[in-house]
Amino acid sequence: MANCNGYVLLVKWIPLPSYLAKLGNVLSFSRIATSLPLPSEGDHLRPRIDLIVFMIDIKSKYSLRNVEASLAYVDASFFLGKVCFLVTGVGRLNCCSVEMSAIWKLREVYSSPVLFCELELEGIRVATAQRLLRMLEICAGLIPGVSALYFGSLMSSSANY
Amino acid sequence: MAAAGSPRSAPRGLTGRAFKPRPAANGAGAGAVMEPRAPSGTGRPSWGLLLARGHGPLGFSSSSQLLPPENADPQRTAFLLRKQWTLYSVTPLYRFSNAHLRNYSRLLSAFIAAERQKGWAVEVGVELDIKVAVSSLPDLKGSDQDHAAVLVEVRSLPSPQKTSQEKRIWSGWFCCVCGDDFFENMPEDFTCLPLFLANGAESYTAIVGSWFQKTFDCCFHRLAISPLNLSWMAAMWTGCKVDKTASAMELIFSVPGLLQPLDISYAIHPEDAKALWDTVQKTPGEITQEEVDIFMDCLYSHFHRHFKIRLSAAKLVKVSTAIASAHCDGIIKFLQSQYLIGVLRLLTELAISQIQ
Repeated sequence: MANCNGYVLLVKWIPLPSYLAKLGNVLSFSRIATSLPLPSEGDHLRPRIDLIVFMIDIKSKYSLRNVEASLAYVDASFFLGKVCFLVTGVGRLNCCSVEMSAIWKLREVYSSPVLFCELELEGIRVATAQRLLRMLEICAGLIPGVSALYFGSLMSSSANY
Repeated sequence: MAAAGSPRSAPRGLTGRAFKPRPAANGAGAGAVMEPRAPSGTGRPSWGLLLARGHGPLGFSSSSQLLPPENADPQRTAFLLRKQWTLYSVTPLYRFSNAHLRNYSRLLSAFIAAERQKGWAVEVGVELDIKVAVSSLPDLKGSDQDHAAVLVEVRSLPSPQKTSQEKRIWSGWFCCVCGDDFFENMPEDFTCLPLFLANGAESYTAIVGSWFQKTFDCCFHRLAISPLNLSWMAAMWTGCKVDKTASAMELIFSVPGLLQPLDISYAIHPEDAKALWDTVQKTPGEITQEEVDIFMDCLYSHFHRHFKIRLSAAKLVKVSTAIASAHCDGIIKFLQSQYLIGVLRLLTELAISQIQ
C-alpha cells in the first residue's frame, strides 16, 4: 500500500478461529474501495459492513479530497462509532501536503476518531492492524458490554487532552 | 520524445503548443500552459503584504502576509541575489558578540588551515591561500530587536605570481528577520540568528558549521520545505507586484512510485497567475489557508482537464516565481532585492518552527 489515494477500507467480521495468526493481515476479511459510492451491481451480494476506515495519505492532497467526496455517500448511522480515519505517511512531515487543520476539521464534523500511522514501518503497521482489529470486534458487537457508540465517545473524549 | 512514463498523447494547450511530461533523466519536462483570462476587474492594488504573528503547526500561521517592497540598500545586498543558497536552521548561539568579529575571522582562518594540514582538501591539486572575513550586515533585519545579519566569507588570496583578484569561494550568512516573538524569553548570553544560508562547496559549509558548533554551542540542521509551505510561497509570491516583465511562474512536481521517477514541470504565464490569485484573494493584506487551497486547486484542475494527470497526488518539489525560487530540499534563490526581507521573514519563520 505504498501509494495511498484515499482508499476506503470496508471491514466486516468473519469468525475465524485463527484470527490471531492473521493479525498482520487485516485485509483477509476486508475490502478496499478507491471511492464511494460502491457500484450498485454487487448490492445484493455484499455482506453487512461493520467498520469503514477512510485512509488519507498526508503526502497527497488528492487523497483528502477523495475522502471528503466519498463521505457524502455514507449513511448517517455509520457515524455512530463505525467510521474512523486513518492518516498515513506521518513519519515524513517534510513531505506533507495536507494541513493538520483539515484533519481536525474532519474529526470534529464527523465525530469519528483519527488514527495516525506510518505504513512503511513494520512495527507500526502491525500495531495499527491490531488497533483496527480491536475496533472491528467492538463494531461487530462481539465484545459484550461495549458498543460501537460507547467506544467512539471514549476515543473522542481521550483525544481532547 | 516519447516518455516511458507518459502513455497519453499530448493534447494541445491553449496556445496551440503540444506539452508532455517527460521522465526525469535530466530534470523537468516543458509544459507552458496559458491560464484562461479570469476576470480581474476588481481593481485591487496588489502591494506586498505584512507577515503576521502566530505559528501554525507547520511553520506558517493560518493567515500570513508579506512585507511591502523594502528600500534596503540594493548595492550592499546585490551579491545575495541570483545565487543558490542552501538553508539551515541554527539554534541560538552562546556568547556571540558583534565586537569580536575580527577575532572570529582569525580563529576561523586558523581552523580551516589546520583542517587542511590534516589532509582535508577541497580541490585536488590546487593550493589556495584563503582568508576568512566575518562581517555584519546591519540592513538585513526586520525589526529593531532582531540581531543584525552576520556574513562569513571565505576568499582565496591571489598568489604572488599571478595578478588575479581576491575571489570569493564560499559565503554563508546568519540572519533573523522578525523572530522577536519566539525569542522573547531568551537568556542574555544567547544570540538568536535562526536562519543560515550557504553558497559554495559543501566541504567548506561543513568546516565552517563545525567551527560554529564547537565555538558557540549551537546546532545546524538542514531546513527542508514541505510541499504545503511551497504552495503557500507560490500563492504569496504570485500576488506581489513586479516592475519589469516577470518570468513565468513554474511549479515542478515529482511523481514517485513509478518504474522511472517522473518530473512534471508546469509553467504559468505570470499575468494569468496573478489574475487568478486576484480573484481568489478576498482581503488585500491577508492570506488564508482556504485561499491558498483554492488557488492551487484551480491550477491542478486546469492541468487535469488538459492532461488527465492529478497533480494533487504528486509531490510539489520546486516553486519558481519572479520574486524567488524555492526547492523542497531547502534551496532558495532570491531574484528581487525589494522583496528580499519579505522572503527572509518567511524562511525565518520556517527555521524557528523547525527549532521549536
